[in-house]
Amino acid sequence: MIEFEGVTRRYGDTAVVEDVSLRIEKGEFFVVIGSSGAGKSTLLRMINGLISCSTGRIRVDGHDIAALKPEALRRRIGYVIQSIGLFPHWTIARNIGAVPELLGWSPQKIRTRATELLGLLKLDPAVYLDKYPHQLSIGQQQRVGIARALAADPGRLLMDEPFAALDPITREALQAEIAGIHRDSGKTIVFVTHDMNEALTLASRIAVMDRGRVIQVGTPAELLIKPANDFVGAFVGRDDAGLMLLATEKVTARMRPGGVDGGPSINADANLRQALSRMLLTRAERLGVVDGSGRRLGTIHIGDLVRR
Amino acid sequence: MTAPRALRDPLTWVVLLLLALLWALPRGQAFFAFLFPWLERPIYAQESFLSLAGAHLALVGASSAVACLIGVTAGIVVTRPIGAEFRAMVTAIVTIGQTFPPVAVLAVAVPVMGFGALPALIALLLYGLLPILENTVAGLGAVPEAVRDAARGIGMSDAAMLRRVELPLAAPVIIAGVRTSVIINVGTAAIASTVGVRSLGLPIIIGLNAANVAYVLQGAVLIGLVAVALDLAFERLLQRVQRWQRL
Amino acid sequence: MVRNRVALFLIAVALAASWGLPFLTHAPNRLLSGRPIALVSVLAGARWFVLLPVLLLAASPFFPTRRSAQLVVAASAAAFLVALVWLAGSEAAALAEAAPHAARTSLGSAFWIMLASTALMLHDELRRLGASALARSATYCAILVGIAALLAAGKLDQLSLLREYAGHRDVFTAALLRHALIVILALAPAIILGIPLGIAAERRHRLRGVLFPVLNLIQTIPSVALFGLLIAPLSGLAASFPALGAAGIGGVGVFPAVIALALYSLLPVARGAAAGLAAVPSAAVEAARAIGMTAAQVLRRVEAPLALPVILSGLRIAAVQAIGLTAVAALIGAGGLGAIMFQGLFANALDLVLLGVVPMIAMALLVDTFFSLAIAASNRVPR
Repeated sequence: MIEFEGVTRRYGDTAVVEDVSLRIEKGEFFVVIGSSGAGKSTLLRMINGLISCSTGRIRVDGHDIAALKPEALRRRIGYVIQSIGLFPHWTIARNIGAVPELLGWSPQKIRTRATELLGLLKLDPAVYLDKYPHQLSIGQQQRVGIARALAADPGRLLMDEPFAALDPITREALQAEIAGIHRDSGKTIVFVTHDMNEALTLASRIAVMDRGRVIQVGTPAELLIKPANDFVGAFVGRDDAGLMLLATEKVTARMRPGGVDGGPSINADANLRQALSRMLLTRAERLGVVDGSGRRLGTIHIGDLVRR
Repeated sequence: MTAPRALRDPLTWVVLLLLALLWALPRGQAFFAFLFPWLERPIYAQESFLSLAGAHLALVGASSAVACLIGVTAGIVVTRPIGAEFRAMVTAIVTIGQTFPPVAVLAVAVPVMGFGALPALIALLLYGLLPILENTVAGLGAVPEAVRDAARGIGMSDAAMLRRVELPLAAPVIIAGVRTSVIINVGTAAIASTVGVRSLGLPIIIGLNAANVAYVLQGAVLIGLVAVALDLAFERLLQRVQRWQRL
Repeated sequence: MVRNRVALFLIAVALAASWGLPFLTHAPNRLLSGRPIALVSVLAGARWFVLLPVLLLAASPFFPTRRSAQLVVAASAAAFLVALVWLAGSEAAALAEAAPHAARTSLGSAFWIMLASTALMLHDELRRLGASALARSATYCAILVGIAALLAAGKLDQLSLLREYAGHRDVFTAALLRHALIVILALAPAIILGIPLGIAAERRHRLRGVLFPVLNLIQTIPSVALFGLLIAPLSGLAASFPALGAAGIGGVGVFPAVIALALYSLLPVARGAAAGLAAVPSAAVEAARAIGMTAAQVLRRVEAPLALPVILSGLRIAAVQAIGLTAVAALIGAGGLGAIMFQGLFANALDLVLLGVVPMIAMALLVDTFFSLAIAASNRVPR
């Protein structure tokens, strides 16, 4: 659990982060979103002490981080940044093992862990373990960046616009990866982005920042349905809010059981927005919901999308 | 089967040539007498070339080693938050200092401190400091900010970051600075023979004074080979340090 | 609260030097070493007003970081630089009145250290002010004008450095001109050969693989060794063809110096030309060719102007290097300021050494500044 208590960060006379109080629960996928200069990166970097508070307090699992040695704190928190920052003169294996090396793990244990993590991130260890960062593409480098952050199995992960510099296809793939990692490991993830779609796809809760202040904190649905003010409303996209709201639910949540085989269908892990899109394309008012092997699980009607 | 790498390396050949000459020159009376028949003494024999070479290398080695120590340390200090205030001043000193001819430092040091090896050593040290300091600052400054951010973010202390990340990444540039410094010092140490310092420049200076072309040639060839050998050795070192970049 | 640690450090150095080292030394003649004269003993009578800028400078580390305070400090530093020179000259004049003609008053180590510290303080203060290149140049120019005025008015004439100059005036002028001549004679062929070679090397890989290793090899050989290597063949040449010897071509003198220096200058010039061409964005070249320009037109209208800053940068390195190497050429009889420097070195006369070295450094700084301005002016790419 990460708590901010009245945290402010000033540079000279300007407050980059102003009077922020919030609470990030264990296991949440917490996204901080806002326009450039809103203070979101600063907020993130205060959690692992890279930036100190001017006033206020930050607690991690109840401990005030100001009382902890910064290096010790950071070795227990994973950190992934937009510019990746792999160490160019170290092999991929050594890069991943950076924190374990600092913690004194044995070389065998480090190599095993690196192999495991490369597999988790869909990179063939046999090929990549002994390569150097400049031999990998940007997308592959960021996968290694995530592996490095996970190496010492920290309870929390900080991610600062990690996918902003990647092409859309890689970005989508990595978003799916990180969502999967979050689901399987239950780690707390604090994720900064300026991309609303990314936030809506990944977040369990979102905090919207503007000029150093947190304007609203809530689930994606809450932000879409009840934005706190015009700024938040404009940010989440007033015109498309309804469609974006659809994207936050899976078809399985609203499907009806039964139905006849045949006719257009949609995969069970699609969301309602994709279902609507399929319906429009196939000019059908209902779709069968099938699982990976083609077995029918139910039906979704166009009326179900608007219901409730 | 291709020859082993050592044989194909120009460094090996230059060093072999140098050693061969150091051995052969004192015995080359006939050869030089043939080339320069008008000279009474075609071979420089007041001192052995080997001992002069040793003195030359000792002078360059000692001054460069200390210059390295001071230069790299100062470069590190000036790129840390503690010393950042001094960086502009250090850069100014280094830039202006390098417009001075290296001989000028020697020429000023001797009247102030007297003849002999120590003033020459200090002059070589002072001038040799500049390229090393400049390159240390440049090399450390060129470490990408993303890499330093990542290093701090994963929990490296400042000392660990310097030792494991910054210095290894800055090493090629720093070594290039040491290389420049050493090569300049080889030349300046030769000129130091004008004030009684024993070095391979002695045959040249004496040869110039006595209009003995053979002496000059012998000294020049040896100094040239020493300089080229040292330069190639640094090239080797640089290649090894940058091995990972060429994959 | 110390706001400016650089100034504090420089002031400490200057104060320590002024207290422990001689400001001037006074000797009964050229050969004997002089008795040290501390700064405090020089500050007699009306000269105490010199302490005004000193007090301001000494207090400056504790000044608030406000623009007005910084301007005051910069002005004080500039004024003190001129005042220091004036002080030395005026004390030398005072001492000369009472002493025999052969007596010498030399600038002591404290003088040089205080001069350097104050100059560095001025440089740092100008940087903190965020002064533009123009403002900085204007400040340094003003100081130089001040010192030049002191020189012209004869206020510094009793300093041993000026006495040496007075005694060697003709030799000095000849040496200065010879030095400049050698540099120009060396740079000319380096430019004429080096720039085309560099351009060709940039375009052709094979040439590049041959040219730069050879030029690098030449650069590695110390100047005194290269001079030495040239002496044998050139003097042999002069011996075989006496006509050449009469024309000045031989193993010693200006000729071998110019050849060696031209060889040394080739590398920075060629490398600058190659790098400059490489720095031209290929998109610009492609567009130019697409418009229908011939290769020559592309070179002249697009590549040359865009490559110019880097080419000038290579020239700057070559020029400053040549000025320094010409000093060594004095050993093989080429003359120049190096001859004066070595004369002083052998005679253990620091003033004679300085008479050779100071103009050399001034020349190098002037050339460096000139090229820096030229590079800035030629930089058409908006940054």
